[in-house]
Amino acid sequence: MSPKTLYDKIWDAHVAHEADDGTCLLYIDRHLVHEVTSPQAFEGLRMAGRKVRAPEKTIAVPDHNVPTTPDRVNGIENPESRIQVEALDKNAKDFGIHYYPVHDVRQGIVHIVGPEQGWTLPGMTVVCGDSHTATHGAFGALAHGIGTSEVEHVLATQTLIQKKSKNMKVEITGKLQPGVTAKDITLAVIGETGTAGGTGYVIEYCGEAIRDLSMEGRMTVCNMAIEGGARAGLIAPDETTFEYVKGRPHAPKGAQWEAAMDWWKTLYTDEGAHFDKVITLRGEDIAPVVTWGTSPEDVLPITATVPNPEDFEGGKVDAARRSIEYMGLEAGQKLSDVEIDTVFIGSCTNGRIEDLRAAAEILKGKKIKDGMRAMVVPGSGLVRLQAEEEGLADIFKEAGFEWRLAGCSMCLAMNPDQLQPGERCAATSNRNFEGRQGRGGRTHLLSPAMAAAAAITGRLTDVREMM
Amino acid sequence: MEKFDKVHGVAAPMPLINIDTDMIIPKVHLKTIKRSGLGVVLFDEMRYHEHGGENEEFVLNKPAYRNTEILVAGDNFGCGSSREHAPWAIKDFGIKVVISTSFADIFFNNCFKNGILPIVVEEEHHAILMDDAHKGENARMTVHLEDQKITTSDGVEIAFDIDPHRKHCLLNGLDDIGLSMEKEHHIDKFEDHASQARPWV
Repeated sequence: MSPKTLYDKIWDAHVAHEADDGTCLLYIDRHLVHEVTSPQAFEGLRMAGRKVRAPEKTIAVPDHNVPTTPDRVNGIENPESRIQVEALDKNAKDFGIHYYPVHDVRQGIVHIVGPEQGWTLPGMTVVCGDSHTATHGAFGALAHGIGTSEVEHVLATQTLIQKKSKNMKVEITGKLQPGVTAKDITLAVIGETGTAGGTGYVIEYCGEAIRDLSMEGRMTVCNMAIEGGARAGLIAPDETTFEYVKGRPHAPKGAQWEAAMDWWKTLYTDEGAHFDKVITLRGEDIAPVVTWGTSPEDVLPITATVPNPEDFEGGKVDAARRSIEYMGLEAGQKLSDVEIDTVFIGSCTNGRIEDLRAAAEILKGKKIKDGMRAMVVPGSGLVRLQAEEEGLADIFKEAGFEWRLAGCSMCLAMNPDQLQPGERCAATSNRNFEGRQGRGGRTHLLSPAMAAAAAITGRLTDVREMM
Repeated sequence: MEKFDKVHGVAAPMPLINIDTDMIIPKVHLKTIKRSGLGVVLFDEMRYHEHGGENEEFVLNKPAYRNTEILVAGDNFGCGSSREHAPWAIKDFGIKVVISTSFADIFFNNCFKNGILPIVVEEEHHAILMDDAHKGENARMTVHLEDQKITTSDGVEIAFDIDPHRKHCLLNGLDDIGLSMEKEHHIDKFEDHASQARPWV
């Protein structure tokens, strides 16, 4: 048998039908659902008189619209947001799918809840009407975002019409330097490939620096595979993965655990398997990075300066000019001189316990700059609870951060957490697009530790100076 | 779904690269529970001033491009979120074809589910089409799906590739779910097998 990549193995184990032209029906093991991209899909089912084929494999949680302030117990004020969440309440009930409503302590961002509850397991196919579904690839699960029509297709058939992508290997060799995190790895990779560099590929991340990451870190890396254009990102499961999964509410137990482990241990890329594209970065060469523009590929080490648009080529010249104007920056300006007024720590990229620990470590015993608006939005109710038990919440509050309830919050600003025009935010989220955090708002993407450092100094800051 | 055949209409140029789904439709318009009526907010933040009123500089607000049916866009069009509201807004505006040198994966898939034809062309052809789109209302482009051919206003013909299955579905206005449900016995068989092989799923 010819050697296979990890992607090949998971793909082959899920093909329910293959047509002559290679179009496949790929069986879906887990379908995650949130309130923004699902109402039209459920409506479609109703209109066609169809049911959810596998409700036991379908898990829903509201996250995008939910307010993160304590007064949310009184209901959602914005009528449109409320209607979307109520629609999910009703759809979950009518179609009999697993559901974590707003008031459940397990509620949170769908990509944090799935792994936390043990729904996401190695070797699975996982989809969600959300591009950051790539997160689940950290478990060696083939996971990707889909549109609402595809959500309806999966609800009705538990399959997705797919053609196989190409294989890309991204290897991060060696060790990371102090102050460098999973977020810096994933941004550095996008800086290397560009936001379209992964189009048509599934990426497998490997190498010593990836192996050394915790599950939280691996989720951060895979989360942003989509920002590099890839359909999915994968990391082969290992002891770190099994350790994380074991004992979670929906993880297999007893004899089923043993059977699962037998298969999971075969989920790696065979020696000599073919990759269509290979990218290698040295872990030692990766610095703490920030974005300067309005695309995740606009990334540079914190020690760098804002680039000159004329130094780019092709369409990137105009795009960089537009970005720098939108961001209110000047070519040649030191990134560490850029003053910020808002800090957002959270999102499916960096809203897990380890992220909060890293930020709290920098903030311990310190205060944020006067006038700074800073918030921590834990990725789930359980992350929030754990952070409170570990004393992290007190560190944040004493430093001057707002301590919020779980949700997507200011990552995409569908709820009341938004930037005003011209406001500048150091954000641990995943997109720095124009208007992403609020119309006219300016976003610099960075790691949780870097965000904490910026909150203290009031400007983009090299976290290594504070360690 | 409506059948897709041939489009003969105004093509608008949007040479900016990396036009993301937040630009195509900002999140404030994702709170709908319907698919319809989003055309009016297509490219919202580029198209309208912050406090209301149209931005006259924006291409689709110019008199020549108000009836655009074909968009010629810069590289990596549709990157970012999976929101199908993006193609819903494009379709609702009246745009039936988007041409670029590359598209983001999820957006590309979403187009086909909504009767929109996304066409990938080589850079040299893209330049010809972008020039043609700059000519305005009287210069109409033709996109012929059956023949897989784009014809510029001055008769230059450019061939394009498309996945045969997707072409078939667009030409015949076929509904994916209906097609897949015809293969239900294969799904049943797979489930039987998988529940033995991986009972923990």
